[in-house]
Amino acid sequence: MERFESEVDITRLECFAQQLRRDTVEMIYHAGSGHVGGALGLAEFIGALYGYAMNFDPEDPDRDRIVLSNGHTCAIWYAALARSGLIPLEELATFRKLGSRLQGHPSRCAMPKLVETSTGPLGQGFSVANGIALSLRLRKSPARVYCVLGDGELQEGQVWEAFMTAGHYRLSSMCVFINNNRLQIDGKVEDVMNMKNLNDRLSSFGWNVIEIDGNDMRQVVDALKKAAECTTEPTVIIGNTLMGKGVPFMENLAKWHGTTPSLEQTLTALKDIGINDEYADCSVLIPQ
Amino acid sequence: MYSGLKSMREAFGDALADLGKINDKVVVLTADLTDAIKVTKFSESYPDRFFQMGIKESDMMGTAAGMAVDGLIPFATTFAAFATSLANQPIRVSVGYNRANVKIATSHGGVCVGADGATHQSFEDIALMRLIPKMTVLVPCDANEAYKATFAAAEFDGPVYLRFGRVATPVVTSFDDPFTIGKAKVLREGSDVAIVSTGSMTPTALSAAQTLGKEGLSVKVIHMPTVKPLDEKALIDAAKECKCIVSAEEHSIIGGLGSAVAEVISSEYPVVLERVGVLDTFGESGEPDEILKKYHLCETDIIEKVRSVLNKK
Repeated sequence: MERFESEVDITRLECFAQQLRRDTVEMIYHAGSGHVGGALGLAEFIGALYGYAMNFDPEDPDRDRIVLSNGHTCAIWYAALARSGLIPLEELATFRKLGSRLQGHPSRCAMPKLVETSTGPLGQGFSVANGIALSLRLRKSPARVYCVLGDGELQEGQVWEAFMTAGHYRLSSMCVFINNNRLQIDGKVEDVMNMKNLNDRLSSFGWNVIEIDGNDMRQVVDALKKAAECTTEPTVIIGNTLMGKGVPFMENLAKWHGTTPSLEQTLTALKDIGINDEYADCSVLIPQ
Repeated sequence: MYSGLKSMREAFGDALADLGKINDKVVVLTADLTDAIKVTKFSESYPDRFFQMGIKESDMMGTAAGMAVDGLIPFATTFAAFATSLANQPIRVSVGYNRANVKIATSHGGVCVGADGATHQSFEDIALMRLIPKMTVLVPCDANEAYKATFAAAEFDGPVYLRFGRVATPVVTSFDDPFTIGKAKVLREGSDVAIVSTGSMTPTALSAAQTLGKEGLSVKVIHMPTVKPLDEKALIDAAKECKCIVSAEEHSIIGGLGSAVAEVISSEYPVVLERVGVLDTFGESGEPDEILKKYHLCETDIIEKVRSVLNKK
């Protein structure tokens, strides 16, 4: 766990997350469809994983794993793959297009070395992540397994089956991040199907529960550290995030779960997100 | 190895324990049915590679897929009805779409579960599994074949569905016969009519052929231990030779072996086909023999269909 002891440059990670947001908005505009809101809220967590916490070398059998159980948020993850040198930056322009490896929901068939498991139907990726963690433990690998869930996704019964499994088997290599933006397609999560006392529910399943502001990079980094330090039980980070974070006209509005921004909205969004000197935009996306 | 009467699930349990010895990648998961699916021997011999998943089949399929993704060869075991319909979505995506090397091994396929009734009798599992792209579907006919199919599934790279029966059934194949995935087995030569059967209906098909043989009819019996991918060549050859076919399976006539046979011969060499199987219905409680009789899955039912296709030929 050496990497968790090194100094963390929070500003650099924030620039990374900012760029992932830019890429996400551009990709979804370019694709003509996609899920922008949830993805934007995940920028800090995905940024912290690829910029700090994860060993993501696809050739390393002891690499850390990531399973995006809420597969619809994949635009920001694809952006992280590109910005980490795992896929060409230009490939982001193929997102959701015929023949692309960047399927609308992550496909293992399309990218066997990078997608641990195909996800999309909610509630399923988590069980697969547990299976990977059990296999890693059997062969004494030090790898950690990160799994991202949406808060709406918690309504799927299989999610609770998987919480049971990791709790029962004390899978301390598992770190689940709940993208707790309190919105789902039909509106507020609490109105659609109440998820009150989430913290208590998760503790009672035998999990180490950490609740943070999921859009605060320092808190995300600290939570990832604490998760890695916990060797007796699996950790779940309840990341309180904002749907559409970084783009004020999208923030906290359920309609931005799956709405595609127009060109004008995209340009406004990019302006809102801002720009930094660390990264160049992927010019193939929006010709300006 | 086996003879007389022996249940396929017991042979599966023996095979798994033997596989565990020679291949440390083999792991077994079960959903609170360790003894019912006969994986006790494996669980006792290899406790580190045995995973009790509790009564949560969907999670079991997903977990197995994760293990397969990381290089293990997981056997996810439960009853046919629970695996294939309750956990159908994770089988579709986490196993099938991922092409994860998971072996879905089930007991209580067909009506043989008996007294437990309709909810536990699985007439749809072959159809459901046949629909998953690239899923291999193995339905052995006796204990010897169940043992060999288990080994063949472990050696095969890709998702496999294995269906075993609960009750002891006659052993009709030799243990020394080779078992190859995708290959039909001609168990009896004949040229008047071909009975194409799978699973525990194969012994029944053989006795029907014997009875008809005594009347002077030349009946071919082709056993299809692999329902998918189906041995199309063996089937087309039989259609050409016999010019009529009766299919027989302990499964719905919709979507199972009979449908698979129809799909092939209708385009390649159309001949008269009649299907023996469960009609479009749920089952009920009763002794296995009583149910086989009531649901038209007996030797006499096969004979009746043979006479019918011969009349239409």
